[in-house]
Amino acid sequence: MPELAGNPSAQPPVSQISWRRRFTDHFMTGVAVLTVVLVLAPLVAIFGYLVYRGLGSINWAFLTQTPKPVGEPGGGMANAIAGSVLILGIASLIGVPFGVGAGIYLAEFGRNRFGSAVRFTADVLNGVPSIVIGIVAWAILVRGRGFSALAGGVALAIMMVPTICRTTEEMLLLVPRALREAAYGLGVPRWRTTLSVTLRTATSGVITGVMLAFARVAGETAPLLFTALGNTFWNLRYDQPTAALPLQIYVYANSPYDDWHRQAWAGSFVLILLIVSSVAAVRYAVRRGTFGTA
Amino acid sequence: MPGPQPVEGTKVTAVSGERSSPLLRASTSEVPDRLFKSAMTVCGFAVLGVLVLIVYELISGSGLSWHAFGFKFFAGSDWNPVSEQFGALPFIYGTLVSSFLALIIAIPLAVGVAVFTTEMCPGRLRGPLSFFVELLAAIPSVIYGLWAMFVLVPLLSGYVQPFLAKTMGWTGLFEGPPYGIGMLAAGIILAIMIIPIISSITREVLMVVPQHQREGVLALGATRWEMIRVGVLRNARAGIVGGIILGLGRALGETMAVTMVIGNRPEIAKSLFAPGYTMASVLANEFSEATGDVYLSALVEIGLALFLVTIVVNALAQLLVWSVTRGQPARGHA
Repeated sequence: MPELAGNPSAQPPVSQISWRRRFTDHFMTGVAVLTVVLVLAPLVAIFGYLVYRGLGSINWAFLTQTPKPVGEPGGGMANAIAGSVLILGIASLIGVPFGVGAGIYLAEFGRNRFGSAVRFTADVLNGVPSIVIGIVAWAILVRGRGFSALAGGVALAIMMVPTICRTTEEMLLLVPRALREAAYGLGVPRWRTTLSVTLRTATSGVITGVMLAFARVAGETAPLLFTALGNTFWNLRYDQPTAALPLQIYVYANSPYDDWHRQAWAGSFVLILLIVSSVAAVRYAVRRGTFGTA
Repeated sequence: MPGPQPVEGTKVTAVSGERSSPLLRASTSEVPDRLFKSAMTVCGFAVLGVLVLIVYELISGSGLSWHAFGFKFFAGSDWNPVSEQFGALPFIYGTLVSSFLALIIAIPLAVGVAVFTTEMCPGRLRGPLSFFVELLAAIPSVIYGLWAMFVLVPLLSGYVQPFLAKTMGWTGLFEGPPYGIGMLAAGIILAIMIIPIISSITREVLMVVPQHQREGVLALGATRWEMIRVGVLRNARAGIVGGIILGLGRALGETMAVTMVIGNRPEIAKSLFAPGYTMASVLANEFSEATGDVYLSALVEIGLALFLVTIVVNALAQLLVWSVTRGQPARGHA
């Protein structure tokens, strides 16, 4: 009994924690705050410069004209913006159905060894450097045929599939079993259940995955270097070399001309606006959506 | 009346049979279901097929160079397209050094941010803070490169490099003219790019550490930092290492930003101020202009080496992260 009574007083009061331990505690808190500041500093700096250099350089000519020859001021990136839209359109057209399909396979039929193999492969593909995917797209579609928007689109599609596939699977698995069973109970065939009950319920989550994949490939440059190649003229044909916004930024940034540097900043601003607005739209959709808050 | 009974009975069964047959037919007819399943399986197979295709194209494409140089390809430091001599050592060296430099800078920062967001900061700040850190991951590589060329490099050559040369020049790591462009710039921009990956995985791993671990350590009279060190970080070690390796995988394959600031000179220099070259950069710069089959094949072989290294690194990272978060639903604060 005396021991029990003595227990509370045996614990050191807060003031008895040695100054060294208290100092370490405060010091480490300070270090953690410092790391946050150091990490956010480049973010602020990059966005600051993008707005400062980019916004000032955007004008009507930039958005409506094609690049001027070397040394001539003016011109713009209209063809690159259109080219990016074309390439991303091709990429989505190929990547989204395959990605969602593979996700459905994994969620509905993938509880076996082949499913695990697909799952692992998707994770591996996610880590393959984008430039390597560019080489493969070049080997399949460019060698012997010439550079094309299609090759660029295929390269980006390959990069979209793993992300879409894994998020689709995750989202479909979150749909309660009872919902599927209710559909089966009504005599709805399995394929119909999957498409109009399971997939429909998980729509906003699946769209989130698609948009994230889209945002990821929208800024990719490396896989386009030797697939779409770039172009200083208008091109909207799938089998011709095509300009893309990231490619044009890269070329202009490496040039020795101030006017081109200015346009590179403007192009970056347009590109980041495209990406950030799509990411923000996704977050908004996820918050508002009935599903996919995981 | 024994006669009508069976008649009635057959009538009833006939009716019930008629009524149930469409339903029965719908559930037993497997044709659309099978079609659907095989279509989805084809999609799943396509994922596998793409990987097989990548491996096949890389191996078949690099055959010529492999036969010409063998293992010497990875040991030689002479890269001369004119005399068709290809040694990839400077690129391997540049890739490794820039990536490890990036890790050294990124690890403390990323882990610090993750610890702050999960353990220290007020709940209201958590969402916005992780959003901002993940925003770093949304910036395209080429924009990092642009920013590094016009902001980071002048900053380095004007202030940071003279300072480093003066205070730590004796180590030999910070010698030579402070051009700004070089290994150090590449390492710093890579570090900024991989911080969000390491940080978000560390955060995920820290969040699956059970709450009672923290409460237990606090109840023993630990301060908050001691609780984090003993109760949280120690439990999450394997997962954090997994996140770091995943960041390494990203750094190894990163192309555009590095190409724009590393200087692109195939040399092995001790000083971090000196220009270098990475495997990904040489592909970016030379692939579309390569003439000659051996030259192309040598470049594809570099691609193959890069592919194999990143696969191994990523698989290792996946295993480590799984070993911590396995069976735990991811708890997002987003």
